[in-house]
Amino acid sequence: MLEAAAESSDIVEVGVPFSDPLADGPTIQASTFRALENGMTLPRTLELVADAAIDRPVVLFSYLNPILQYGVERLVRDAASAGVHGILLTDLPVGGDAALERALGDGPLDLIRLVAPTTTSERLQASVKHAEGFIYLVARLGVTGASSEVAAGLEASIARVRAATTLPIAVGFGISRPDQAAAVARHADGVVVGSALVDVLGRDGVAASARFLAELRAALGPA
Amino acid sequence: MTLVLPRETAVDGRFGPYGGRYVPETLVAALDDLTALYDAARSDPAFWDEYHGILRDFVGRPSALSDAPRFSAAVGARVLLKREDLNHTGAHKINNAVGQVLLAQRMGKRRIIAETGAGQHGVATATVCARFGLECVVYMGSEDVARQAPNVYRMQLLGATVVPVTSGTRTLKDATNEALRDWVGNVPDTHYIIGSVVGPDPFPRMVRDFQSVIGSEARRQVIERTGALPGTVVACVGGGSNALGMFAGFVEDPEVELVGVEAAGEGIDTVAHSATLTLGRPGVLHGSLSYLLQDADGQVLPAHSVSAGLDYPGVGPEHSWLRDTGRVRYASAGDREALDSFRSFTRMEGIIPALETSHAIAWIAAQAGQWAPDHVVLLCLSGRGDKDVAHVAALEGAPA
Repeated sequence: MLEAAAESSDIVEVGVPFSDPLADGPTIQASTFRALENGMTLPRTLELVADAAIDRPVVLFSYLNPILQYGVERLVRDAASAGVHGILLTDLPVGGDAALERALGDGPLDLIRLVAPTTTSERLQASVKHAEGFIYLVARLGVTGASSEVAAGLEASIARVRAATTLPIAVGFGISRPDQAAAVARHADGVVVGSALVDVLGRDGVAASARFLAELRAALGPA
Repeated sequence: MTLVLPRETAVDGRFGPYGGRYVPETLVAALDDLTALYDAARSDPAFWDEYHGILRDFVGRPSALSDAPRFSAAVGARVLLKREDLNHTGAHKINNAVGQVLLAQRMGKRRIIAETGAGQHGVATATVCARFGLECVVYMGSEDVARQAPNVYRMQLLGATVVPVTSGTRTLKDATNEALRDWVGNVPDTHYIIGSVVGPDPFPRMVRDFQSVIGSEARRQVIERTGALPGTVVACVGGGSNALGMFAGFVEDPEVELVGVEAAGEGIDTVAHSATLTLGRPGVLHGSLSYLLQDADGQVLPAHSVSAGLDYPGVGPEHSWLRDTGRVRYASAGDREALDSFRSFTRMEGIIPALETSHAIAWIAAQAGQWAPDHVVLLCLSGRGDKDVAHVAALEGAPA
């Protein structure tokens, strides 16, 4: 699956399962519980990334607690040697834990920061200040999962972040169809599709997922 | 009466290393707003006047302090009961629901969400929402919905929508996850009334302050009754709100021993318990760093207790700090001992205690003969056990 993802994507996000995914909707919750039942752990996730050795940057997507229990310094070292480039933590907002943010961001990994529709201008400035890699703009209020429409006001949200930083902007949450991806890509530098892909993978398998990713890619135009 | 608020020991939303705000970015602005509002309200006499007016006229405070003569004789010490079971809706939970609904009003938020385990916090929240004409949605694990049908109907009767949660362990932990998911999606017009001293800052200190009315009243009442401070103060600990509310009145008195009693379930040498402070280690769940029941990979372990209100794998961050500093001693009592105490205490005192409270009673009963006869033990009788009668009858195989 990682190879298929690399084929059509510029960056591959790999989720670490956590027993209490409170920022995720039904699709990622279900895939999380399937992964945990099948014995998936943070060390095994790192092995998987190392074994796949794909030629695209990999971003780990996790909740904080599995990282804390593994040990932050150990994680930074082991993730980097497994070929991980960045880390995105759902429940570590900017300024949430300065020591931890330094420990994660100062080393070889990019600590990817999220900006939400509710982020104030003051927080936006703080978020972009030490940001690395790219800015992940959360397209709408709510948890991860497919939406029938792209959030209203998204263009203005992107412009607001654009005015604050020169880093690339990737937009995620609720983008599930090629036409939605194309619409977002007119303004953003990247489009994140998570739940929709997990839906296809869970329902129709790897080959169908590769086709779905190729359709998304085609809608965005040439790489 | 005037409420003496506890001295704030949290610095930047943390008790020592514990607490903090480990939440999705979407919620941070709302927590900043809530903190600013609460910090202003905390020093606003008009806010506390309104709060106390409602506690007096609607909740029925101050709650009584009762002697427990027959139980005291059995234990060999003088046991006094702070009667939170006599509050409107039957438990301490209403103290917090009243305080938070007043904050929601000040924020202009017309929609309230809550999580609930046994249903006591859900009922308290549904009650204040009915009283103030606010929309109310309560998340409850589907296991608990099945076990606590009468409380589900009470909430519906009060006009609340009860949403059964079918993810994860289908209990309080997952109801809290689902309430947080709702909040992330609806934060501009919705306030989340968390039911215990858990969650991201400012909830742990805010809920403690709203529950500190227990300790503030009890301190005055015990001194009036006995002429001195109590020797030992005991409360049960799930998330830990009744305990922190009670301890708030005595934490600055080093001569008063404070004891928090967790649920040992089937035993602390088994996997089926909720003894977070005894057997957990620090981790992040529901927005704060605190002791947590978890496996080596940082996955949260399912808790177990016969009482749904203690059946939670986390605990409030201030308790973690009080444990580490040694100011509070944390002990545990199991399902069996709690059930025995539930029955024997009811027959001895004519008061049916909640199963949660029964754990604290069981710990006191286990100390029989350890104290001098004039030693005063103050128990936070956090709630009434009417909600548990059918459950216990079924467990004991008695005709309901």
